[in-house]
Amino acid sequence: MIPTIPTSRSFRLIYGGYVLLFFLYLALPLTVVAVFAFNDSQFPSLPWEGFTWNWFFGEDRPQVGVFHERGILRAVGTSAFVATCVAALSVSVGTTNAFLFNRYEFRLKGVLYVLMLLPLVIPGIVLGISILVFSSTLANGIWDAARIDIQALRPGLLLVILGQFSFITTIATLVISARLQKFDRTLEEAALNLGATRLVAVRTITIPFLMPAMVGALVVAFLMSFENFNTTLMLVGSDAPLTIAMFDRLKEGSTPLLNAVSLLLMLGSSLLALVVILFQRR
Amino acid sequence: MRAHARIGFVLLLTPLVLWLGLLIVIPHIDMAILSLRERISFGVYEPSLMQYEKALTEPLYLRTFWRTAVMSVLATGITLLIAFPVAYYIAKMAKGRLQQVLFLLCLIPFYVSELVRTFGWMILLRETGIVSNLLQWVGLADQPVEMLYNDAAMMVGLVYTSMLFMVVPLVTTLESLDDSVIEAGYDLGGNGLSVLREIIIPHAMPGIVSGCIVVFMLSLGNYLTPTMLGGKDSLWFTEMIYNQFIVRSNWELGAAFGFMLLVLSSVIVWGMLRLTGRTLQETMG
Repeated sequence: MIPTIPTSRSFRLIYGGYVLLFFLYLALPLTVVAVFAFNDSQFPSLPWEGFTWNWFFGEDRPQVGVFHERGILRAVGTSAFVATCVAALSVSVGTTNAFLFNRYEFRLKGVLYVLMLLPLVIPGIVLGISILVFSSTLANGIWDAARIDIQALRPGLLLVILGQFSFITTIATLVISARLQKFDRTLEEAALNLGATRLVAVRTITIPFLMPAMVGALVVAFLMSFENFNTTLMLVGSDAPLTIAMFDRLKEGSTPLLNAVSLLLMLGSSLLALVVILFQRR
Repeated sequence: MRAHARIGFVLLLTPLVLWLGLLIVIPHIDMAILSLRERISFGVYEPSLMQYEKALTEPLYLRTFWRTAVMSVLATGITLLIAFPVAYYIAKMAKGRLQQVLFLLCLIPFYVSELVRTFGWMILLRETGIVSNLLQWVGLADQPVEMLYNDAAMMVGLVYTSMLFMVVPLVTTLESLDDSVIEAGYDLGGNGLSVLREIIIPHAMPGIVSGCIVVFMLSLGNYLTPTMLGGKDSLWFTEMIYNQFIVRSNWELGAAFGFMLLVLSSVIVWGMLRLTGRTLQETMG
């Protein structure tokens, strides 16, 4: 079953056909979402009523386009803010974690490493509720002790950011560690021999070497945060990020507006993915 | 120098400990404590096992729990069956450019939010959807067919959503299998089936295990797909957690459900690792 082993023609045809079908299956839902963004009708379904740009640029009811729909625009802003915070935080902590596990030997290292991996195998909803429970325990405790109500500990953006950060950091750590392991430490020692301090050596030699991984982790963290649903659902307050806002609308019934948003999301994330690939290749 | 290294160590250890302590360990302990108490009256609580008793005796809760577990295992199995031939094709049959392109094509759908993917399936499967119209047009149905809101639709969505996490580890392990080993298998008189059973599958085992673990976790913890594609009878355990927390405000019971989900997933992941003699570090790291 490799090209050098002769197989019957019909087997190759069936196999090729199966792979083709698989890719059709992958493409189908996304294609449908994209196509119906241009349907001149109130529903993203057949019959096809003709082509329109209204779901992007329309200004008047009933076809208000994405770029004139306040609620959606605000949700995009919220998501972008959350994703930026999560990406910055998780890459910072991911980098320090990578150095810690790569450079130091200490007791409980193995235990801490397994603990560090755990967020990946905890269901997102459970992560969400555990943080929700703990933050309200804190908030209630502070209220009972000092009669101060700390709004930040109630469901809202801070909790959403912390919730997403709690598992995205693991991914950032793994991505950055993988690159740090390939680093040749004699380069750093050379810098030390040439009179650099440890910090200067790390900043001028090691960090530039890690840059591709850090940028990659930054983009992955941003995308994961932008798309996250489960953890966010449990921690969200009144400012809904995009996925939650879309979910609420989808429950009420959908218009091609949601298709237009989805299409823009697809374009946005493919663009980001492309940037990463180009950056990595350079 | 030693003091220096000590400071560096502490500085690097602090973020890790804060992160794991404040966001992972303590919240889960707090959730465990919450699930182990009972509300007596306003603001008065007593430690008790009542939440778990309720969760384990109420037929609806118990049924949903097992259903979620069984359906997740099923989704994992189906994903593996569909993904394996494709991964093999990408890793061993396709060469050069084609190989890269196919691999990238596998990744693309997953750069898109799960919500969008689910939405796509809703457009396809609903009563006024594409598939229904297609069936009428071909003549296989004489009226609109509702294909949404049942277990099959939910399964299609679950498998679709987690496909990537099966294909990627499979391709990676299969690529590392040397062609000459497969050739040797044939030279020694093996046929397609025995080579697959004796050489390819054992070699791909690490990929199969890590793919299965991730897909199982994702299915078990999924909320969107069962909610949007599943019907009234396809209640998912995550939906019950959400209901207790957000709709009913019964946090004690919700926390108990959360813990049950956590234990279930840990037991199954641990079991899979034990069965194949691998560690979490090897599989995830």
